[in-house]
Amino acid sequence: MSKDAKFCMGCGHPIVLQTLYKILKNNNEEQKSVLGLDIGCSLLAWDFLQVNTFQTHHGRVTPTMVGFKRAKPDSLSFAYTGDGGAYSIGLQSLLWAAKRNDPVTVIVVNNSVYAMTGGQTAPTTMKDQITLTAPVGNSEEPIDGLALVRAVNKKAFVARSSVNNPKQLQEYLQKAIESQKQGNFSIVEVLSYCPTSWKTFGVETNNFLEELKKVFVIGEY
Amino acid sequence: MLEKRFLNGHEVLVEACIDAGAMQMFGYPITPTTEILSGWINKSLQNKNLHCLQTEDEVAAGFAVCGAIMAGQKAFTATAGPGTVLMQDALSMADGMRLPFVALIGQRGGPSSGTVIYSQQEVNLAIHGGNGEGLRIVLSPSNLEEMYTLTRKVFNYAYKYRFPSILLTDGYLLKTRQSFSLPETKIENQKLLALVDEASQKNIRNIYTLEKELMSELEKNKQDFEEMSKEIVEFEIYLGDNSLDEIEDLIIAHGIVGAVAKEAVDELNKQNKKVALFRPITLSPFPKDELNKLAKKIKNIFVCESSLGQLHDLVKQNLEVTTKISGIFKPAVGVEVEEIVDLVLSNK
Ligand SMILES: Cc1ncc(C[n+]2csc(CCOP(=O)(O)OP(=O)(O)O)c2C)c(N)n1
Ligand code: SF4
Ligand SMILES: [Mg+2]
Repeated sequence: MSKDAKFCMGCGHPIVLQTLYKILKNNNEEQKSVLGLDIGCSLLAWDFLQVNTFQTHHGRVTPTMVGFKRAKPDSLSFAYTGDGGAYSIGLQSLLWAAKRNDPVTVIVVNNSVYAMTGGQTAPTTMKDQITLTAPVGNSEEPIDGLALVRAVNKKAFVARSSVNNPKQLQEYLQKAIESQKQGNFSIVEVLSYCPTSWKTFGVETNNFLEELKKVFVIGEY
Repeated sequence: MLEKRFLNGHEVLVEACIDAGAMQMFGYPITPTTEILSGWINKSLQNKNLHCLQTEDEVAAGFAVCGAIMAGQKAFTATAGPGTVLMQDALSMADGMRLPFVALIGQRGGPSSGTVIYSQQEVNLAIHGGNGEGLRIVLSPSNLEEMYTLTRKVFNYAYKYRFPSILLTDGYLLKTRQSFSLPETKIENQKLLALVDEASQKNIRNIYTLEKELMSELEKNKQDFEEMSKEIVEFEIYLGDNSLDEIEDLIIAHGIVGAVAKEAVDELNKQNKKVALFRPITLSPFPKDELNKLAKKIKNIFVCESSLGQLHDLVKQNLEVTTKISGIFKPAVGVEVEEIVDLVLSNK
């Protein structure tokens, strides 16, 4: 790890995690919940909540939770991952878990970069966005992972929210959990702050998130 | 007397996994282990407690095994060659988290897609394929009855000692059809272990912030591995008609080549050669002390394998005497009795 094992000040991850925890606690489902963690800043969540957690490998949390859920169908299985883990190195397994309609819930924290490794170009980096590996701006358009998932699964709950709309985020996560309970795959992508990689301060961070919202459509798919 | 049946290696393995209490297989087709996957699926049609998923690749198969194990289910995978390469990602997580990960590996000629039947070239990969210290249990059977027993042991060792455990066989033995009977003595299954359950909250890591913390974790693992070694090292010394103190030459071979070497010892005995076979059954942990005890009295060592020297390197690493070593090294090709006989006879 390139930095101290804590979320940075102003990071979006804690908002997502606390929103999830609030739902689990309200539903009295913390004990049956298991949060598998991808490698990326997601791994920092390993001791953040009062639920069972374990770290996996970069891009491999989804197939791991597929195995977990198949072995323990009465659990609530979450695969918690970054945008790089979900849509780049782990895309193959994400799409196949969706295609098979494995009843797990994938939560993708989309900060538009590889944050844990310092802010390189991710599959979600916007066109012309500057990153450590795109110093003159990204030449590619970003990928819409949710559209891909929807293309292979009509039953899944598929939605995108953002950390600056916690009410909507809570609603989508709740729906995703319902979807898992009904035996369907679900995925919630959350546009999330990364002031450290974005090199933004205060209101700039929220402005950056608003830019992301223009590129990534918010709502249910 | 137990019933004798005519089975091939794939059938024996499927049966051994069921008897070991395995409930789920995750796999991806590849020769020569595909028939383990299809065989398991066929069994799962009759037995509703058995589950299977043909995954999108070996990486997913391996991580799904990790997930199922976390949830407390005995799960396993089977793979070969390029699949063994892809399996290293999940195996390395199992190394790091001490998961009772069971893999059945059917070696095939390599590198790359190579060939599909005869080979002993995945010894290094099985033991040292991860980015760590190679603390894995690797067992190599030389016939179908041993394949059965060792598979049962692979599961039991994985769950008792919590190191990833591999049955390392090859395409030739898997396709071999032999008369087979179950072992006379019943093998008890090691109890299951749910790493994650409702009873208590656990937060399990595989990534460390403090370098020293990782180091001390690894030192502890190494110590556990060494303590375990004393309990599980396994080997065969085949003397033919000779007695132990008259042995002058030693053949070292494992797996299917070990079975061939046994016949060579019989043949050489007829020609008055004082030769024996040392056959490591646990390639990892390697039966080091036992080999060294024997090697002290030996003039010549002959390593025979279907590889350019992976067993030879293991022997060299473990041997404390400077006995001359020569051998037969034929990657992807079978070793024949006559070749071994000629080699030993031609040595002056
Ligand atoms: C196989 C492998 N390749 C590369 C890495 C290095 N790595 C660690 S985290 C990461 C990127 C994480 O980005 P993302 O998934 O978007 O999560 P974030 O840190 O942004 O939350 C990379 C490339 C790794 N750990 N494993
Ligand atoms: S680098 Fe970005 S995503 Fe990672 S903890 Fe810091 S702010 Fe959060
Ligand atoms: Mg990211």
